[in-house]
Amino acid sequence: MGKYILKRLLSSILVLLGVITITFVIARVVPSDPATKWAGTRATQEQLAQAREELGLNKSLPEQYINYIGQLLHGDLGKSLNSKQPVTTELKQYVPATLELVLLAFILAVIIGIPLGIYSAKKKDRMLDHVSRFFSIGAVSLPTFWVALFLQLIFYKNLNILPLGGDLSVMATIFEDRPQITGMLLFDCILTGKWQMFGDAFLHIILPCVTIALYPIGLVSRMTRSALLEILNEDYITAGRSYGIREFKMLWKYALKNSLGATATDVALSMGYTLTNTFLVEAIFSWPGIGSYISKAITSLDYPAIIGVTIFGSVCYIILNLLADIIIASDPRVRL
Amino acid sequence: MKNWMDSLKPKLRNLQESLYLLARNRLSLFALILLCGIVLLALLAPWIVPYPQDIADEAHIADKFLAPSGAHWFGTDELGRDVFSRVVYGGRVSLSTAILTVGISLLIGIPLGAVAGTIGGKVDNIIMRITDIFLSFPPLLLAISLVAILGSSLTNAILAIAISWWPWYTRLVRGQAISIKERKFVQAAETIGTSKLKIIFRHIVPNCISPVIVQASMDMGGVILTVASLSFLGLGAKAPTPEWGLMISTGRTYFPDMWWCCIFPGLAIFITVLCFNLLGDAAREILDPKTRKR
Repeated sequence: MGKYILKRLLSSILVLLGVITITFVIARVVPSDPATKWAGTRATQEQLAQAREELGLNKSLPEQYINYIGQLLHGDLGKSLNSKQPVTTELKQYVPATLELVLLAFILAVIIGIPLGIYSAKKKDRMLDHVSRFFSIGAVSLPTFWVALFLQLIFYKNLNILPLGGDLSVMATIFEDRPQITGMLLFDCILTGKWQMFGDAFLHIILPCVTIALYPIGLVSRMTRSALLEILNEDYITAGRSYGIREFKMLWKYALKNSLGATATDVALSMGYTLTNTFLVEAIFSWPGIGSYISKAITSLDYPAIIGVTIFGSVCYIILNLLADIIIASDPRVRL
Repeated sequence: MKNWMDSLKPKLRNLQESLYLLARNRLSLFALILLCGIVLLALLAPWIVPYPQDIADEAHIADKFLAPSGAHWFGTDELGRDVFSRVVYGGRVSLSTAILTVGISLLIGIPLGAVAGTIGGKVDNIIMRITDIFLSFPPLLLAISLVAILGSSLTNAILAIAISWWPWYTRLVRGQAISIKERKFVQAAETIGTSKLKIIFRHIVPNCISPVIVQASMDMGGVILTVASLSFLGLGAKAPTPEWGLMISTGRTYFPDMWWCCIFPGLAIFITVLCFNLLGDAAREILDPKTRKR
């Protein structure tokens, strides 16, 4: 087990190195003059020369490559063209808001997705199964950015019960300052006991959270359903039933436990998709996270920021994959 | 000739059975019919849309932002163009870009997978590690940074998505190739001294193509969604191309007051992708021997 984790860790590091190499190729080898990308379109000759110096473009590619990895090891992702701030500093500022959104969306996905999947498997081929399957396939077929707009149309314009965007209304910040402890607003409000602000922040997070959760809800329920269907055919389930164990207990205790491994992996993997969906959704809801950051970077062609987010996102994704594999490996039935 | 017909028979029977299973599920049958309708609409778009001149940049400012009505089913956009015509035409754009993207991914993925699976050893190891690396990028993110550097256009978006999509096919083909290379006819070809290259492309690839085709057609929905997302971010199609993601992105400026500019293109994406996914789901169940037995 320990040996497996070590092996898996090593291979993750190799993959990470590969990912970094690809970003190096994209940022430095593909463009004919990387300095113009790095210094921006309105750069003066001086700035261009400085960018060439910083990137070490007068050196050979292998030297540049080693340099690049050295910089990354120090957490140096270059400077954003928009703000002239280091990308790492900016990421630190934007990550907590995204993390809060994604975590909440995942909790929602698990709370809704798993029961939906179980129910669907239990009533296979009945009306409810069809409805829930249709829902889960529908959820993965929806363009997220469009759902965001649709929800705004209904809940802001037509019903006017939820705010259009942002993470706090202007009114809420007039009398009280934003608490800044973890950077996750809801969490900070709880820590500092600012309940009124918590309420306001909560209203703001509902729409983006539901939008982002749709995809993992569909995925989790589909995975739970198919994993359960396979397990419900096993002999031990029939044996359990013949002993007269109640169906509810059979389903939620004995069958579900064995299907959780598959579901956990999928949850971890779907985090990657969710992260990407977050990029599209945050911009629409003006949510102050990495998604808004990268879409701003895209419109202003802020290459260091785009590459920075790509590296950051991939690192998160690799870690999640690693965690998923460790979860599976910790299942005693899995022999490695 | 007769021999060839005989070898085809079990395949035909299998296909017939698959179609029967597909038709038995009313939801997938519905998706199939709907999808055929969408494809037909896309093919015939230039002849059936009510305002074919609205596909280009033509502006009728007097008619801008008309709400949906009998004359303009889906209303008109900021230049007074008929949204319905553009949405129908958009099907052409989306379907053709999706086919191109999947096609390029297959062109990269199949040979690599076949080589990896057949030759094995070090070659296999290297190719599979490379696919691992490509699969370690969160979806869309690799495509985003590629298009950002290459410059945004529909062509670059297609290339970028293909570059992040091929590893899936490599994995699939490799698995198939590993099992096929153990079969008698491949071993026979080896004994009579057929070259490795010929074995791979004449014997291995044709025999592992059918699951790949199924997987590829199932992926069409995902690809359409990805293309639309890139266009929405401003990294795909350029105006005045009637691309669904781009139409939503443009319409967003006037949202939520002129909701029809966003809602209808989005609905088109949703229905198309949904059909592909429903069919894909049915296909998976039909092809899976575990569920087929039941």
